[in-house]
Amino acid sequence: MQFEYWLDNFWSLTVGGLTQGAIYALVALGYTLVYGVLRLINFAHSEVFMIGTFAVPIAWTAIGYGRDAHPSGLGSVVLLFAVGLIAAALASAATAMLVERVAYRPLRPKNPPSLIFLITAIGASVVLSEAVGLLVKRKPMGAMTLIQPKEVFTIFGTSVDNVQLLVVGAAIGMMLLLDQFINRTRAGRGVRAVAQNPDAAALMGVNRDRIILMIFMLGGIMAGGAALLYMIKVGSTKYDAGFLLGVKAFAAAVLGGIGNLRGALLGGLLLGVVENWGAGLIGDKWIDATAFVVLVVILMFRPTGLLGESLGRARA
Amino acid sequence: MMSKLRALDNRRLGFLSGIGDRWHALPKPWRIAFGLAFVVFLFALPRINIPFFRTVETDFTTVLWTVAIYVLVAVGLNVVIGLAGLLDLGYIGFFAVGAYSVALFGSPQSVLATKYPWLVCVPIAIALTMLSGVLLGWPTLRVRGDYLAIVTLGFGELIRLIAEKGDALTNGPRGIAEIPYPPGKWPAGVNSEWTGLDMFGPVTSLGWYWLTLVLVIVCMWAARRIEHSRVGRAWLAIREDEDAAEIMGVQAFRFKLWAFAIGAALGGLSGAIFAGKQNFMSSGSFELMTSILFVAMVVIGGSGNLAGVTLGAILVWYLPFKLQDFNITIDGERINFTEYRLLLFGLALIVIMTFRPQGLLPKRYRSSQPPAAAKEEVPV
Repeated sequence: MQFEYWLDNFWSLTVGGLTQGAIYALVALGYTLVYGVLRLINFAHSEVFMIGTFAVPIAWTAIGYGRDAHPSGLGSVVLLFAVGLIAAALASAATAMLVERVAYRPLRPKNPPSLIFLITAIGASVVLSEAVGLLVKRKPMGAMTLIQPKEVFTIFGTSVDNVQLLVVGAAIGMMLLLDQFINRTRAGRGVRAVAQNPDAAALMGVNRDRIILMIFMLGGIMAGGAALLYMIKVGSTKYDAGFLLGVKAFAAAVLGGIGNLRGALLGGLLLGVVENWGAGLIGDKWIDATAFVVLVVILMFRPTGLLGESLGRARA
Repeated sequence: MMSKLRALDNRRLGFLSGIGDRWHALPKPWRIAFGLAFVVFLFALPRINIPFFRTVETDFTTVLWTVAIYVLVAVGLNVVIGLAGLLDLGYIGFFAVGAYSVALFGSPQSVLATKYPWLVCVPIAIALTMLSGVLLGWPTLRVRGDYLAIVTLGFGELIRLIAEKGDALTNGPRGIAEIPYPPGKWPAGVNSEWTGLDMFGPVTSLGWYWLTLVLVIVCMWAARRIEHSRVGRAWLAIREDEDAAEIMGVQAFRFKLWAFAIGAALGGLSGAIFAGKQNFMSSGSFELMTSILFVAMVVIGGSGNLAGVTLGAILVWYLPFKLQDFNITIDGERINFTEYRLLLFGLALIVIMTFRPQGLLPKRYRSSQPPAAAKEEVPV
């Protein structure tokens, strides 16, 4: 235990944790959406995120900003951010919809136990990560540095840089948009209806298949956003980059209460912070172990998560 | 197209169940005689030269040993997935605990430096894996089934992390060498080159293949006995409907924990054999993706059916070695089939689950109803 170290770096660990947690939160939204409506774990969601991370450098290179490019000026940075976001969101949403079509829809009429869906989703996850791995010959892919980290302000003696602000801000912004979409629009009402009672929703004229496809698409878009932020923050990706992040994001979703959108945000941010504190306390190399321990502890003491599970009941 | 394929597959299943019926119709002495002949055939397999079946590129005995060890893994995982219906994605964790127990208690290089012989290490390994199975199962088996998959996945990764990062104990990726192996020397007359050398030493895999085969047969027999016992019936009830089983007085949690412990013990046993054969253990041997292959072999072959999971293990571990022999090249680059293994079996998982969720060799259930009652059944 390095208690002293943890106390000395408390605020920098917290800020770093929040940044990482924002990315977890965006990926966790995908798990939560699918679980809230279908009561199934979309195991392939980590690969949806991974494909988004590859889309970002590919899109940037395609418009002439390769690995060593240095974009200058606010205008070009904003433009590149938008290009990356659109590319990642498109790639991730398309992957998520493909997973739904291949691994979920053909089974649904047979109404099998949830274990069967889980196995097809595992199959889809393995196929996606291996296909990408074979395509890029299992090499990592890097992207240019879109934003140079620069200190914006200091809080409790810890500097907060612009990348950290952007990541947390963008994640919260996307999450709020999604929350508004689910709670205020006509399509969002359809989502809540299917989550509450699929049969009754179908009788009221809600197209269930279309809503489910849309759920996967929304989860994919959120994962795309997470992918862009990940590439801005980390700068390089690999074919198996999704796996660990996916498990952690799932842990975050369970922590906040799976099926609950605001829970996913809270769970993600909290997991990021707890993980960083854990790393500070017992050493950096155990950072990946913290998430699993958190997951097991949550399942033992509060299986419904901090905010409870409710996509259907939110504003019923 | 699809319906034609389905009809073809139904005919295949009909053919298989026909063979099964004939087998069960044979008089018992005949069945025992055929069974013994088959076992003798399996023991002699490394020395028989069956054209095409033999692998050229890789030493055939080693391939057979590899298949045998993973059949043992499949038998163990089948208890958890096939019989009790618990999806365990971190089975490699138990395998690793078994392997590291042997390495830590047996090797002179380990920090424990107890230097126990292999035969002493194996019971320790089994006990430790059972304990880890119970420790993992205790908090997690109470939660919903689909959460269990993720938690076990986390467990498998946690064990791998400890193996990789816990330098003081496991020496990380550099590993632990000089792991002990069972005693015994080759007697004269088997092979003049081996006489007097260690039976389980590095000179040949034959000793290990025979040992593993014996353990596979013993474990399969034991697994069958458990399946048809009170415990096995409790597992079946839990798998089909846990709530109904609870109402009927089956203590679901207790029996699930048993399934976990027994499955873990078998995983630990296979890990202990693996460690002894490899003679060297490092964190690189326990990639989590291997765990997905474990699940694939049980599910693709036919979970719950011992013949099915054996077929699954053969498909997953023998086929890539065999395909290697054909020396297929694309653009002048030789294809390494083990590279494509995960991709192909991932696809197979989707296809099999969509079209035949019971697997290639589905389990056949004996009707427990008396024949008269079955006739009276009212069609709904």
